[in-house]
Amino acid sequence: MVLNQFLVLAAALFCIGIYGVLARRNGVLVLMSVELMLNAVNLNLIAFSAYLREVSGQVFALFVITIAAAEVGVGLAIVLLIYRNLHSPDLDRVDELKG
Amino acid sequence: MIAQNVTFWILAAAMVLAAIGVVRSQNVVHAALYLVVVLAGSAAQFILLAAEFVAWVQVLIYIGAVIILFLFGIMLTRAPMRSDTDLDNDQRWPAAVVSLFLLGVLSTLLIQAFGDKEIDISGGHGAELLAQGRAGSLAESIFAAYVVPFELVSMLLLAALVGAVVIARRD
Repeated sequence: MVLNQFLVLAAALFCIGIYGVLARRNGVLVLMSVELMLNAVNLNLIAFSAYLREVSGQVFALFVITIAAAEVGVGLAIVLLIYRNLHSPDLDRVDELKG
Repeated sequence: MIAQNVTFWILAAAMVLAAIGVVRSQNVVHAALYLVVVLAGSAAQFILLAAEFVAWVQVLIYIGAVIILFLFGIMLTRAPMRSDTDLDNDQRWPAAVVSLFLLGVLSTLLIQAFGDKEIDISGGHGAELLAQGRAGSLAESIFAAYVVPFELVSMLLLAALVGAVVIARRD
């Protein structure tokens, strides 16, 4: 297996995630796109761990998975709060600080 | 070697298509289910790279916990279960340009930097790689070299838990 096939796949997933973050309006869907990007990073870490025969890459992937879980918990709580205050999960409506 | 490559390309095609489904689907629940496909595909890629323990953690945490959390989030924000076109904002084309540009830059860079370097799984190297991905070798690394970050992560999880409860609670 070539190292690059994993890296380019991860890059593709990351870019699709960026598209989702930029183009989605619903808060839950933006969080899903962020998950896509974090997952692409994990794929990179594991591919380098196999290429360099170094176990630290897998340890860091575990840390990323843990932090992604924490991020989703807090993120969904924030989306819930936005929904409760604005009666819609649309992030475009969160513009009270706009001048 | 050929078997691994065929598996990789099938999984990669499924993952990219499902990822496009996540960001393009006009139904929130379908997007969550497409995300399951992407995450399961990447667990399979981890197994292909002999990272057995991380693959199962991925299945347990992501597919088991995070997706359920997303489904709860979808239900609690009462997102319309039917399809509608209101899920995207009006910057679809700029977003597509930005992400395609970034994909071009990243893949050019990666191909120039790593060319056709191989992940060596021939002969004894494969067994070595498998031993590296087992829970035992990971535990040795986590609880020896990375014990301080590990404890920090547990504190972070506690803080996130308390924070999520405080943010989402009704006063």
